[in-house]
This record gives sequence, structure tokens and C-alpha cells, in this order.
Amino acid sequence: MTELLLSFRLAFLVTAILLVLATPLAYWLAFSKFPAKFLIEAVVALPLVLPPTVLGFYLLVAMGPRGPLGRLWLALFGHTLAFTFTGLVIASVLYSLPFCVQPLVASFERLDPKLLAASHVLGANPVRTFRQVILPLSLPGVITAIVLTFAHTLGEFGVVLMVGGNLPGATRTVSISIYDHVQSIEYAAANQLALTLLAISFVLLALVYGLNRRVGVRWLSN
Amino acid sequence: MAIELKQSELGVRVCLTRGSFHLDVDFSVPPGISILFGPSGAGKSTLLDCIAGLTTPDEGRIAISNENLFDSATHLDLPIQSRHLGYLFQSPALFPHLTAQQNIEYGIAHLSNSDRATAISETLKLFRLENLASRKPAELSGGEAQRVALARSLVTKPRALLLDEPLSALDAGLKNSIIADLRAWNAEHEIPILYVTHDRAEVDALGERVITMDHGEIIQQGIPREVLDAPRHQRLAQIAGYENVLEGIVKEIRLDNGVMRVALQGTTTSIEVPLSYAKMGDSVRVAIRAGDILLALERPSGLSARNILYGTIESLEQRSATIICRVNSGAMFEVHVTLGAARDLDLQPGREVWLVLKTYSCHVVA
Repeated sequence: MTELLLSFRLAFLVTAILLVLATPLAYWLAFSKFPAKFLIEAVVALPLVLPPTVLGFYLLVAMGPRGPLGRLWLALFGHTLAFTFTGLVIASVLYSLPFCVQPLVASFERLDPKLLAASHVLGANPVRTFRQVILPLSLPGVITAIVLTFAHTLGEFGVVLMVGGNLPGATRTVSISIYDHVQSIEYAAANQLALTLLAISFVLLALVYGLNRRVGVRWLSN
Repeated sequence: MAIELKQSELGVRVCLTRGSFHLDVDFSVPPGISILFGPSGAGKSTLLDCIAGLTTPDEGRIAISNENLFDSATHLDLPIQSRHLGYLFQSPALFPHLTAQQNIEYGIAHLSNSDRATAISETLKLFRLENLASRKPAELSGGEAQRVALARSLVTKPRALLLDEPLSALDAGLKNSIIADLRAWNAEHEIPILYVTHDRAEVDALGERVITMDHGEIIQQGIPREVLDAPRHQRLAQIAGYENVLEGIVKEIRLDNGVMRVALQGTTTSIEVPLSYAKMGDSVRVAIRAGDILLALERPSGLSARNILYGTIESLEQRSATIICRVNSGAMFEVHVTLGAARDLDLQPGREVWLVLKTYSCHVVA
């Protein structure tokens, strides 16, 4: 069960970090009139189209003893990032970025611009407008972003294998473990893990969609 | 606008170019309701957006009581939230996740609890919203929602109020009651109110002052009756619903009677029109509402109307309950008659008719 706990710890951390990073990024992507915005949009969406091995490969190189990130880490903490849990978190944050940013951008862009204008005219600065108008009205999008990020991180395989390897307790997530069991023809153990993951994922998703529907209905009735 | 504004006066000088659209206006309005009238696309909403700070003009100055909100000369551009204005859109734009009361409280969050409670209860009472305070916007009718939106703006005691066709979706009864509320409020607070509309009826209902706009420019300003009933510009005549704008040349000026005769282009006849700024031989345009022209089957006599023209009906077209009749009298006239009148007179294309025009229905425009 340590694999399962590790996977959930990873998914939880990555989701929390991404919410903090992706929210301002999504706000900027949704409302900025910067002409070269499309370039940033393309970069954010890259993990969607790249094979995980490509992203994993470059991250591995960057985090290794000769990579810029690896060297920095080595100087600061005495070890490189590759094949560590921290390295896994950083890789997963990058890999899951579009799954967090895109639902947020979509829900920010769907807001009636008149509501934001009304808030500003009534004396609210951008921060207050974000907290009291944009965020509450984008709650379904925020929930979707959380679910997608969490589920995507929980299920990732290629990037984890490239960057994290397969160290029990540090980088062996549940998807790697299932793969290991199958390779060793331990189908019962693989099935046990797979089934647990399936059940937990389903319960989480059902909860979230149920909640999302209630939230949506409350505001959008009529 | 004047360099020195009076107390509470709103002064606006704005130049803005967006693609092929140019906005170039300069005016100031005292406290009270001023109507910004013009067709869609005239630049009225853009002008309000500039005043509110939602759009930044290329050049100009916007000020209230000599306090600048925007001044390109000193690179001053107060952020929207610091301008302290009220702005009502065509849609109420209430926050859907807040109740009516929470919506009204939104703009006075900085007040102390007791001040806020007082302001809220006064406002709910003034706008007759006590029973709706706990409702969400989705549970309000269009008129109720717009009333909440008005209350939400006014509770902040704005320095000026901008209204962008806020009542266009409401029926006349609701419209009048909201306008009455607004007037009652402003009798006490006396702020400048800029009310945008393209609806002639709203101009008549509100009318203290009207500023007419088209193609990003101010065409004319003054008292509605003077501006719209005797338009001095052809463009304004068309906007204000003058279907007939005819070319002519001044042939005779009768100062003693306060009238002049204008020979209409393409006809052998001339018509009598009120005296206006024109010399003998000047080219002028005469604007006449299609509904102000009478049709007769025989040449009428014993009428006070001074202009009786002979013509032939070219075409008839029904538009809802009105028959639009085109009459060729050398010049083409559009005449509106009711369905019943068209039936009783048996109007048909080719039929010979007499057009009857009162002198004061003919307006000389530039």
C-alpha cells in the first residue's frame, strides 16, 4: 500500500502547487491583451501533445548532475533531483499544468465581462473582484481543474518512469507498481492495486461531479 | 468643455480612434438628466466606457467639478474603481451568486456596519425592494433586476451616473416608474446623469437636455423639443425619424409673416416653410415627417395648411399597422397613413392625390 499512499501524496501536492501557480497564469491568459499571448498558450498546452517520454527525457537531463536544475539542486542540497520524490513533484507539476490551467481559463473567459466591469465601477480593485466575483462564479471550473489535475497526476506513468525511476517509498507510484507486478506475472497483486485505484478514482469523480452539479444548479437556475 | 468646471459639472473631451471608427466629442453637462441620443454605432456606449474608465481615450480630458478622472496632457488615467461613478448597462449585470441585498452592499463594503445597515435600509425602502432583498437575481423579473442594479449604483453616492439604455428591455409602465425613482433620487443628490438611448420616446419622457450624436460626433445639443422637433442637420433629421428630407432653393423670404418659400428640386411647385437662417437663392433641405403629411383625393379648400401639392401614388407597402405610401409630386414623398384610411380612400398605385403640408411641419435643416 506504500505505492498507493505515495501516489496520493504526489497527486495531492501537485494539485495544491498547481492551483497556486495556475490560477494567476489562467487569469493572465484569460484577461490579458498581450499580443504574443498565444505563444504562452502554446507552451502551456505542450504536455498535452508531447509523448510523456519526451518531456520526461528533457526533465531527466535538466535534473541530472549536468543539467541546470540538477546543478542548482546539487549546490543547494547536496544531491540531484533525478530519481527523488521532489523531482517527481516538479516533473508532475509541469506535466499536469494544462489540465489545471485550461479549465480555469475556460471558466474565466465564460464570465460576463459586464459583471467584472460592474465590480470595478462599484469600487472593487482587481484582487477583490477576483475573490468575490470571478472565483465564486468560476467554482465549477476550479473543481474541474482540481479533479483533472489530481486524476491525471495519479495516473501518470511515462514521466514518472523517466524522471523518478522505480525506487520503493520514494518514486515507485501505484502505476509503476502495477506495471512491475504485471512484468513479474503477479496478476493478483496487480489486480488488487488496479482495483483499489479504480474504486478510489470513481468515488472521487462521482463526488466532485455531484458537487459541481449542485453548485451549477444553484446559480444557473431559471 | 470649459477649462474651469462648475460644482458637480461633468466635462468630457475625448478623441479616440479604433479602426475606421473615430470618436471626437467635447461637451459638459450640469447636474440633472442629459440624454445622449443617436443611432446604434454612433459611439454613445464607447463614450460612456471612456468616462467610466473601461476604455482609454487616445487624447482628451474627463473631469467632474475640476477633479480630473482622465487627462492625456498630464498622463492621468484614474483606475475604474477610483472614479466613483455609477454605470448601468442594458443588462442589470447583477452578481448571480449574491442576493439582491448583497448586490446592493457590494459597493459600500468600506462603510462601518452601522452606516452600511442604514444606507441599505434607506435604499431598499426608496426603491421599494424590501420584499426582494433576500432573492437571488435569477428569481427577479427584468424590471426588478434593473431596479436593484440602479439601487446598487446609487447607494454608493456616485459623483455621476452613466446609463446605457438600461430600460430598453422594459415595458413603458416599468420604465416610467424607474425613471420617477431616479428623478426623485436626483432631486436630492443633484449629480450629472448621462442617459444613452436611441429611442425617441425615451428622449421625450426624460428630456431636460439632449446631446445628439452620430458617427462619433456631436451633431446638436439643447432642449429635446428644440433639437429633435426642429432639427438643424439633415443627419439628425433622419435619426429623429424624418422620412422626407427634400432639396430646394429659397425663392422668397417674408420677414413680416415669418415664412419663406422654397422651390423643391424636380418640381414646379414651391412650399411655404418657417423662416430660418437662409438667404435668397440658398440651397436648403426641408425635413418632413411622413406622418405629418395629409392625403386628399380632391384638392381641399378652406384649410389653414399652406402647402397643397398634386401627385401620383407610385407604391404602397404595409408595415405592421401602417401603410407606407410613396407619392411622386416631381419630388418623391413618403406618407404614412393608417390601414383604415388607405382602405376608405381606396389608395392604389397610379391614383392621383393631393398632399397637404402644414408650414410648421416643414423644417429647414442644414
